[in-house]
Amino acid sequence: MTLLQVSQVGIERGDRQLLREVSLSVCAGEIWQLVGVNGVGKTSLLRALAGLARLGVAGDIQRHASVLYLGHASALKLSLSALDNLRCHPACDVMASRERITSALEKVSLAGYEDRPVGALSAGQQRRVALARLLLSEASLWLLDEPFTALDAAGCDWLEARIREHVQAGGATVFTSHQPSRFGALQHDLNLAQHVA
Amino acid sequence: MSPDRPLLSLQAAFTRQFVRHMRSLMASPADVANPLLFFFMVVTLFPLGLGPDPERLAAIAPGILWVVALLASLMVSAKLFASDFEDGSLEQLALAPYPLAVLVLAEVAAHWLTTGFLLALVSPLFAIMLGLPEQGLPTLVASLLFGTMCLTLIGAVGSALTVSIRRGGLLLSLLIIPLNVPVLIFGTTAVAEAVIGGNPESWLALLAGLALGSLALTPLAIGAALRVSLDS
Repeated sequence: MTLLQVSQVGIERGDRQLLREVSLSVCAGEIWQLVGVNGVGKTSLLRALAGLARLGVAGDIQRHASVLYLGHASALKLSLSALDNLRCHPACDVMASRERITSALEKVSLAGYEDRPVGALSAGQQRRVALARLLLSEASLWLLDEPFTALDAAGCDWLEARIREHVQAGGATVFTSHQPSRFGALQHDLNLAQHVA
Repeated sequence: MSPDRPLLSLQAAFTRQFVRHMRSLMASPADVANPLLFFFMVVTLFPLGLGPDPERLAAIAPGILWVVALLASLMVSAKLFASDFEDGSLEQLALAPYPLAVLVLAEVAAHWLTTGFLLALVSPLFAIMLGLPEQGLPTLVASLLFGTMCLTLIGAVGSALTVSIRRGGLLLSLLIIPLNVPVLIFGTTAVAEAVIGGNPESWLALLAGLALGSLALTPLAIGAALRVSLDS
């Protein structure tokens, strides 16, 4: 089943053409990594895939599934607790119970931090709170922008396992990362260098 | 956008967004108190600058109170969506499977309750400081309730349009002050009419009409403007 169909997409920022003729078909069970040097347009492409950017995006992008997008900004309110942040997350389409959120926070090694304001946590811990959404969302298409940044080795391993679990359950993931391939044969690479205008 | 049906009703999503915004506003009481403090300071400065003649102050009190309310609202409008834009909340809001117009209305409502609504409630206190005759007080509160609703909604459109611009404050003022002028005129006229024992109802009705019109139309503009701001 195709979750995301991208055909002949070109991306223009300002008066500069970043990418051209990107075509991609993401099916259930697939992991795609967008590869390319800094500034090549990975984030721009990912935002276009999520439907956030339309200006300067040519071509056709069809999403056939609900999308979870995690950008550079974590969408966390620093003054709110981790629990409130996840319970009232603006993009979530399910109402997660306290127990479910607590168990999600436990899984990202943040047990006991539920009621602490997110602003009092470290950058890595804040990233983990944001990633706890991966346990609470029902979306099947994940678009993750640099999900491995600010995470320690254990955190990266957890995230890797979570992504594997997600695609095995019929989801799909498109992510950007500068780290070498983590998923071996399971992973497809889209090298954006070939699409630079 | 997505064929999957959301599991949460639109009403629940609205409430959740309202609660989220309310909680984050309540977490910084200083920001909530700021416009009130501004109002208080300006109102205390006027008698010092103009001299303490009660009759003169009473005559210009409706104008002073309304202009200060407008400036206070302008001051907070600039910040309405700023933190949500910076921390990525707006992105996520735009991706939520609900109409953006409805979700941002929840934010604007929370914002209004902690600024315009509070301001209208405490305004009699400031009015007495300026010697506004008692018969003008109910009209003042009513006009500020409707008026600040208009100002907040119009300000939200401006804020949504300028949120991605680095120093958008000046542009915001240029955009929304002309739109705020009718509100200011209706509001001050209503209060002045009430003070001289005239007929403030028709002016209040005009303000209420403006408020309801803005409530119906501006969320669409706010939603569209935010999508444009995100897309840059």
